[in-house]
Amino acid sequence: MGVFGALTLVGIICLIVGSMIAESAGAINAFGLQFITGPDWDPIKRTFGALPFMYGTIVSSGLGLLIATPVSIGVAIFAVEMAPPWLGNAISIVVELLAAIPSVLLGLWGIFVLVPFMQRTVEPWFVDRFPGVPLFEGPPYGVGLATAGIILAIMVTPTIVAISRDVMLAVPISQREAMLALGATDWEATAKAVLPYCRSGLLGAIVLGLGRAVGETMAVTMVIGNRSEISASLFHPSYTMASVIANEFAEATFDLYVSALVELGLVLFLVTVAMNALARVLVWSTARSSQQLGAL
Amino acid sequence: MFDAWGRASGAQVNYQSVGSGAGIEQLTKKTVDFGASDAIMTDDQEKAAGAPVVHLPVTLGAVSVGYNVPGVTNLNLDADALSGIYLGTIKAWNDPKIAAINADVKLPNTPIAVVYRSDGSGTSYIFTNYLSAVSPDWKSKVGAGTSVKWPVGIGGKGSEGVAGQVSQTPGSIGYFELAYAKQNNITSVNLKNAAGKFVPPSVAGATQAAAGAATNMPADGKAIIVNAPGDQSYPIAGFSWILSYQDLDANKGKALIDLFTYTTTEGQQFSEDLFYAPLPAGVQKVDSAIISSLTIAGKPQ
Repeated sequence: MGVFGALTLVGIICLIVGSMIAESAGAINAFGLQFITGPDWDPIKRTFGALPFMYGTIVSSGLGLLIATPVSIGVAIFAVEMAPPWLGNAISIVVELLAAIPSVLLGLWGIFVLVPFMQRTVEPWFVDRFPGVPLFEGPPYGVGLATAGIILAIMVTPTIVAISRDVMLAVPISQREAMLALGATDWEATAKAVLPYCRSGLLGAIVLGLGRAVGETMAVTMVIGNRSEISASLFHPSYTMASVIANEFAEATFDLYVSALVELGLVLFLVTVAMNALARVLVWSTARSSQQLGAL
Repeated sequence: MFDAWGRASGAQVNYQSVGSGAGIEQLTKKTVDFGASDAIMTDDQEKAAGAPVVHLPVTLGAVSVGYNVPGVTNLNLDADALSGIYLGTIKAWNDPKIAAINADVKLPNTPIAVVYRSDGSGTSYIFTNYLSAVSPDWKSKVGAGTSVKWPVGIGGKGSEGVAGQVSQTPGSIGYFELAYAKQNNITSVNLKNAAGKFVPPSVAGATQAAAGAATNMPADGKAIIVNAPGDQSYPIAGFSWILSYQDLDANKGKALIDLFTYTTTEGQQFSEDLFYAPLPAGVQKVDSAIISSLTIAGKPQ
């Protein structure tokens, strides 16, 4: 029964990838590597270059992680090391509730609460304080890379917190006790014994969060401005691969268009698979090293 | 409207709203009996369909250009100004080209935030057809279609996304169907039509545009009626078509012909409540000719 289930799952994945490759054959033949390096996505002139979307995806996910990582690891440290056990559990339940919020709902919250806040308060503040800095220039639309980054940070926090917490709980108590016995403070014990120990696990959590951020569609497309243009400013609208597919697939009127969108999906899929594989290797190596050291 | 016909005739219509592109796709794959679209089928799509497909104009709508400029309640724009705004050559509200046609309005020196549809859409099709018709610059730089590469601005998803963006962003301008402007209380621009008059978007304006174009209506129903002649015509209006194979299925053919006839005659009474315009007489005549030309299983009716 189990074997049958596993084989079916693998079969489905192969079918999905196979059909994506078949459907995108037209675009792969027409554009080759130009698809990834071309800056123009023009359905009327029939040129499809995905560079702006790769930029938008990378920058918005990167920004999301930049915001989420310190917050999430901080929450995990607090929940595991500093808080009494009942509080630690309560915190992780609340954080997991955050993961239960549907993406579309978060997008709607983004449009009606976050975007006006960014437009009226945050963006003018940055433009005033840092005039002329290319990172913060542009009219305050409200939507843009910065807003998308914040929404993504909210979405990946539960993932990173959950995994970091598990990884930290797996650290053998002997490590902490040894550090304390040598005269370290509580914080030094955490920072110098626990964290370096589960370093690769934490890295794995972060990479897994990145994988989630890269594929996030609905919430991002509602707040990113949907403009296929590369610009240095964080307040400018942008476009991610997932958003473009969601927006244009239903009305893709000719074969090359559909093919290009499927190829975009294929690129996105490969990126996500690569990240997940990397994350697995890192988390697995933590578990292994903890077993080895535990045996000492 | 399908409900009303269903009750009268005893047959049932199952209608799903999936977007023009998907509708055309389903018709081609023959998973549906008829499709509907705001955009005329391209040559590629017609070839893919295999058998001849008819375009039956069944309703028409006006695309309003809404704006959000605090303090300005009445704004005129002409073809030059609108295409300049969407091309990015006109960047601020108090630009001389806009001020020239709004003599008694105080325009602020705020940048114009342009909003367009990020998803492929029939509304974009009509809007870009208008810009292509009135601006050679737009036609060569961007072109017309359900999805184009917009020179400036931000994209909202769906008409509700564009309307939401416009109502929240001071200094913004966007286009959407008339119904959305009314529902979101967004002021619409008075657009200069081919006769030189500034008209607000309205159901009556759309019908006038179709009536103006009905005199030269092609027999196959494929008419783009942007910038139509007529004093009261609203310049950005367009048909919605029912798409059907010329040769109908033996079992459903009679019911389909009955449905199409109802839709283009008595069914028109439902349009105005939904902010769509009823067809003028000239177009209804073309419609009945198209319906008469349909065959059932190879045999004429």
